[in-house]
Amino acid sequence: MAVTEKFVGQPVLRKEDPALLKGEGSFVDNMVVPAMLHMAVVRSPYAHARIVKVDVSKALEIPGVVGAWTGADLADAWAGPLPMVWPITEDIKTSDHWPLTKDKARFQGDGVAVVAAESRGIAGDAAEAVEVEYEPLDAVLDIEEAVEDGAPLVHEELGTNAVVHWSHGGGGDLSLFDSAPVKLQLRYEAPRLTPSAIEPRGALASPVPSLGEFTLWTSSQIPHIARVTLAGTTGIPEHKLRIVAPDVGGSFGGKLDVYAEEALCLVLARLTGRPVKWIESRSENLSVTIHGRGVIHDVEVAATEEGKILGFRVTELCDMGAYFQLLTPGIPELGGWVYMGPYDTQAYWYEFTGVMTNMTPTDAVRGAGRPEATYVVERAVDALARHLGMDPAEVRRINFVPRFTEDRPSLMGLNVDSGDYLPAFERALELADYEQYRKEQAARRENGDTKHIGIGLSSYIEMCGLAPSNILGALRYAAGGWEAAQVRCQPSGQVTIYIGTSPHGQGHETVWAQIAADELGVGIDDVEVLHGDTSTSPLGMDTYGSRSIAIGGAALHYALEKVKARARTLAAHELEVAEDDLEFEGGSFKVKGAPDKVRTITELAASAWTAHNLPDGFEPDLTASATWDPKNFTWPYGTHVCVAEVDTETGHTDLLRYVAVDDCGVVINPMIVDGQVHGGVAFGIAEALYEEILYDEHGNLVTGTLTQYLVPSAAEMPSFELDRTEVPSPTNPLGAKGIGEAGTIAAPPAVVNAVVDALSHLGVTDVGKPATPERVWRAIRDAQGGGA
Amino acid sequence: MTNVSVTVNGVAREADVEPRTLLVYFLRETLGLTGTNVGCDTSSCGSCTILLEGESVKSCTLLAAQVDGKAITTIEGMATDGELHPIQEAFRRNHGLQCGFCTPGMVMAAASYLIENPSPTEEEVRHSLEGNLCRCTGYHNIVKSILDAAGEPAGAKA
Repeated sequence: MAVTEKFVGQPVLRKEDPALLKGEGSFVDNMVVPAMLHMAVVRSPYAHARIVKVDVSKALEIPGVVGAWTGADLADAWAGPLPMVWPITEDIKTSDHWPLTKDKARFQGDGVAVVAAESRGIAGDAAEAVEVEYEPLDAVLDIEEAVEDGAPLVHEELGTNAVVHWSHGGGGDLSLFDSAPVKLQLRYEAPRLTPSAIEPRGALASPVPSLGEFTLWTSSQIPHIARVTLAGTTGIPEHKLRIVAPDVGGSFGGKLDVYAEEALCLVLARLTGRPVKWIESRSENLSVTIHGRGVIHDVEVAATEEGKILGFRVTELCDMGAYFQLLTPGIPELGGWVYMGPYDTQAYWYEFTGVMTNMTPTDAVRGAGRPEATYVVERAVDALARHLGMDPAEVRRINFVPRFTEDRPSLMGLNVDSGDYLPAFERALELADYEQYRKEQAARRENGDTKHIGIGLSSYIEMCGLAPSNILGALRYAAGGWEAAQVRCQPSGQVTIYIGTSPHGQGHETVWAQIAADELGVGIDDVEVLHGDTSTSPLGMDTYGSRSIAIGGAALHYALEKVKARARTLAAHELEVAEDDLEFEGGSFKVKGAPDKVRTITELAASAWTAHNLPDGFEPDLTASATWDPKNFTWPYGTHVCVAEVDTETGHTDLLRYVAVDDCGVVINPMIVDGQVHGGVAFGIAEALYEEILYDEHGNLVTGTLTQYLVPSAAEMPSFELDRTEVPSPTNPLGAKGIGEAGTIAAPPAVVNAVVDALSHLGVTDVGKPATPERVWRAIRDAQGGGA
Repeated sequence: MTNVSVTVNGVAREADVEPRTLLVYFLRETLGLTGTNVGCDTSSCGSCTILLEGESVKSCTLLAAQVDGKAITTIEGMATDGELHPIQEAFRRNHGLQCGFCTPGMVMAAASYLIENPSPTEEEVRHSLEGNLCRCTGYHNIVKSILDAAGEPAGAKA
């Protein structure tokens, strides 16, 4: 039946929800396969230690233990090391990363042995029974000390801990950094964070030994990338390896990786001929799932006395951790294209050095590079405003790039596809009652209150919709950035969509169905969206970098165009008219001027399936596929305003207001877009005020449980006030830009700028992230000349 | 082995388990009720929240043997004849879930709290959720869902 209701742009309730709300989610740990073994990994308690001896004999004596293997035992099991797919320079120094280390433990949690047993409990007992003799070594825990002569080396064979140096190469008039009337030199630090999805990682490998086939269910953002890379690590041919990402309980970059445990499950399944399951504990999650950030930024700002920003020159040291994971070296570079923010500057410079340390490998954490860049730019803009005695709002206002709706070249070398920064900025200030809070701030200062108001601004742009394949190639990324979709109109009237993106909370089953229902004129309940299984959705590049709607949604659009073109051909044949004589509306092809001559999509799907009477050359079944490769990134932007109240006696910060005005282009489902902003902003507030991975001087992870690593609760979060502007992206046919990372990119500087702004009358110019009560208190003490 | 007899979602269930078996694994692995999730080792995240004799508890902090003879409600027991419980319905209506992993715990915590305090303020709801972590929603729509379920207007514009 034809449907005239339109779904795009509507807050359609999610198709995913009923099952998740009833506890029917298909998370990996919910799966049980007959004869399944449980795997546990023996991990180094030392950050840096030579492995003298590993003895698994006591573990093997435990009833129910099926096997125990050291790194040396499995040396021949691998066809290759774990993947790193972004060697960003020709001279990058890399070392093989094996699923179990054989020679040295390079961070606390590095796997040295593995056991398989009949139950989860026995596997845990067996892991504890493995005896390992270590020779502890001095650990590399500080990225500035790590690059000094004589520092211990994480990988001796590389001869240095400074393993990669990447320079953007600069743009514009670099002499401005010497000649500008106003020059500021600033230093900011981005501590380590971890994604901390509430579902820890997990994997279940099931073999068909006689066929050499394996299925791996894994809590992953990237089943397609995992298949090709795990084929390389395990030697299982790609066509014999099926990867399924079932319901995935959040990720935020933590599951945008290919991990030792996934490879170990597959190899142990091959060795034992039995299914092997591994479920990560939270303490493992905090110590061996990737961390992110870990950057020291040295920043020069060039400006005029009137507040015109001429450029930012940024040099960074970036903590890579103990090994390169999937994308590690490229993460800082992702930020390296937006160190001008939304501002019209004249000079651009960015470079970084990647440093190996004896800490957990770093990789993409929500935003990946762009939160770091936005933090630096927006903190520096506020610093400039303070230096000049200007209102930080005014400094931003006079520096925005004017409105543009088509590709505009930027100093950093890429074209920005669209932008109209000022309206989003003014709307955010209006919503946040900016001027009113400035008055309140002045009044409290006048009164000598102990609790002060701070107003923090953050105007950002982000480069997302990753990514044009030719640019990825030029940047030495090993894969493409295209996306895929397949549409099948079933003979009984339903539509099945197979997509290459792999959601983990973003609601693709609903959003993709909205697009398909509108294009085909069918009901949304008649559209089923399948994803995350390489046997049903064989093509795709998965979900990361706010790419899914901007690229995957566009691929679906083109697949729908193709299916509609095929349906038109068939309708013309059946109605005995020319194709041009047909108009398509509400799911039906009608003959112009003869509206009773009609064929619905559903009727045509049935005709194409029976194939009793098809035009010459028309392939049976109403199905079509498309892949799509973007010509540009998408460039969302916006302004966030945070109003904070800081208690100068306790250092405690309370967020009174949080306003976000974002432009993510055309919105398919505003309810879901708002939800992405809420979650992204909360992630950024956590980064600004609470979360920090800490190690002690020996490299022991201090924040090893959720009682020390402070993922905030509802009680720490404010309500969020959102609005949007909408400049369509010209990059894709939907006009959509992506919204998954915007909140996380914008929020940290909005919050920290608010904290610093609250204290500026006390002489405070900086408070480090996270702005804990202790850091705030010390900043006040230091500004007033007192020792702590 | 220890014998554990409980009433779960109104049905009498009984099994012999290792004495060290945590209640959450008894529910998930012995009884096959996998809606209750495990998110941490330290009773910090609340994903495993269930109702024990009508009050919310974290099922990772109890041994199965400790609840012998007691009545338990899990997320699987909330819907009636396939119809979502009003709290579940409110979560759906307000987009109170994204990945859905913390959701069963959130719903159970809310169910317990709304019995204790049927007309909470936004601030009270936020504090009632201190033991339940969510990484997707920023809590905004979870709080809105619970206020909606209680028939209270949400305090925030969205």
